Amino acid sequence: MSKQITIPFGPQHPVLPEPLHLDLVLEDEKVVDVIPTIGYVHRGLEKLVEKREYTEYVFIAERICGICSFIHSQTYVQGIEQIMGLEIPERTQYLRTIWSEYSRLHSHLLWLGCFADSMGFESVFMNAWRLREHILDDLEATTGGRVIQGVCKVGGVRRDISPEKLDEMVKGLKGIEHQLQDLTNVFLHDSSIQHRLKGIGVLSKEDAYYFGAVGPTARGSGLAIDIRETGYAAFGKINFKPVVEYDGDCYARCAVRAKEMFTSIDIIEQCVKKIPDGPVDMKVTGAPDGEYLSRAEQPRGEVIHYIKGNGKKNLVRHRVRTPTFTNIPPLVTLLKGCELADVPVIVLTIDPCIGCAER
Amino acid sequence: MMEPQTITPISVGDVVRKVEQAKKDGNRLVQIGCTKIEDNFEILYVFDKDYKLTNYRVTVKQTDEIPSISGVYFGAFVYENEIHDLYGIHVKGINIDFKGTFYKTVVKHPFSVTITKEDDACQNK
Repeated sequence: MSKQITIPFGPQHPVLPEPLHLDLVLEDEKVVDVIPTIGYVHRGLEKLVEKREYTEYVFIAERICGICSFIHSQTYVQGIEQIMGLEIPERTQYLRTIWSEYSRLHSHLLWLGCFADSMGFESVFMNAWRLREHILDDLEATTGGRVIQGVCKVGGVRRDISPEKLDEMVKGLKGIEHQLQDLTNVFLHDSSIQHRLKGIGVLSKEDAYYFGAVGPTARGSGLAIDIRETGYAAFGKINFKPVVEYDGDCYARCAVRAKEMFTSIDIIEQCVKKIPDGPVDMKVTGAPDGEYLSRAEQPRGEVIHYIKGNGKKNLVRHRVRTPTFTNIPPLVTLLKGCELADVPVIVLTIDPCIGCAER
Repeated sequence: MMEPQTITPISVGDVVRKVEQAKKDGNRLVQIGCTKIEDNFEILYVFDKDYKLTNYRVTVKQTDEIPSISGVYFGAFVYENEIHDLYGIHVKGINIDFKGTFYKTVVKHPFSVTITKEDDACQNK
């Protein structure tokens, strides 16, 4: 047996925008064990429910993450609405679905750019982020915010989107769809990319399931887990199938994200066709008394907001289980046995969002 | 409206058996969370199969010890270290035990105390 050495990976590393530390135990160039460490930027946001009223707390829930911000606020308010037994207007459900798919598009394009950049594929990086600008512009035009939208509230949403703007959004998405097709074709069919990703960092279907993988990390291993299938918001009225790949390697996880962008465009188009007229919010009185595990599908996978109230304005508990947090154990598993040089690529294929994990 | 959810209370002694049964039944571990209710701590184990949640709750004191389920579900170590570091509840037998260094906080076990608005220096200026 070769002599074992331990080398640190992170918390500062060129491929990591946020701090994550891995102690890599190596035998020659092969990783034989991994000890993950987070907690460098833990903010304890959940504790603020004791200081902020449940209606104000939406703004804090949204600030858990700067990428999945809208879906955090959506998951939080739908949990509160469930506890309080609120039947929110149907138009609101469609608007939330549209904005959550825009969030997925901008997150996946952000990831594609960062991932390509980490491998030196600068043209994909620039084009991915150029297309992402279009998505952010639509988010800003319809919500008022590019990163933090601030549009969700308990009982509805703060803004409506006019029918003309909805049509314009679909036309815009159709306009960039072929560019997106070109971009993902170049990325997924490039021989260097395939050489770097195929057969690397393999996570079996069984390991993905029992080690807690969610989102594209799970779907890249053949697990068709997609919380949108539970039908929250307007997803129950939309036809879509989760994108699933079966090889479990880095390439499969990347392919899932690339193909999911087209599913998102299709979902938005269906929503615009089906969205009914009507109000976008309702009057809410009282305070939540009960508990609920509210779930949604973020770009990185299933997010859970556990909410417990006792009939007072301040909640008793708000606990968020983010997808990156539960994707850490699978990451440990898929790094074991890989070459040291492949570690950065493998880490990025789970699209880690430390901001979420360190809520 | 979304699906109704139920939470089944269990004793500390039943945790490992129930969790083993959940795995045998084909459930995945969704999360373990902790909530402080006055002097008690509620530990909530959540499992999922085909989008149906199964929830078990144990209620303990801070001085009690709960068994780790990381021998059944490898990924449980992140939740169990979190519960130890934020609430100060000892979890016995975690497969990757950070021994209190998973979260590095200025205040030890910060979630084990309840903060009232009166305690908030910023808000009382």
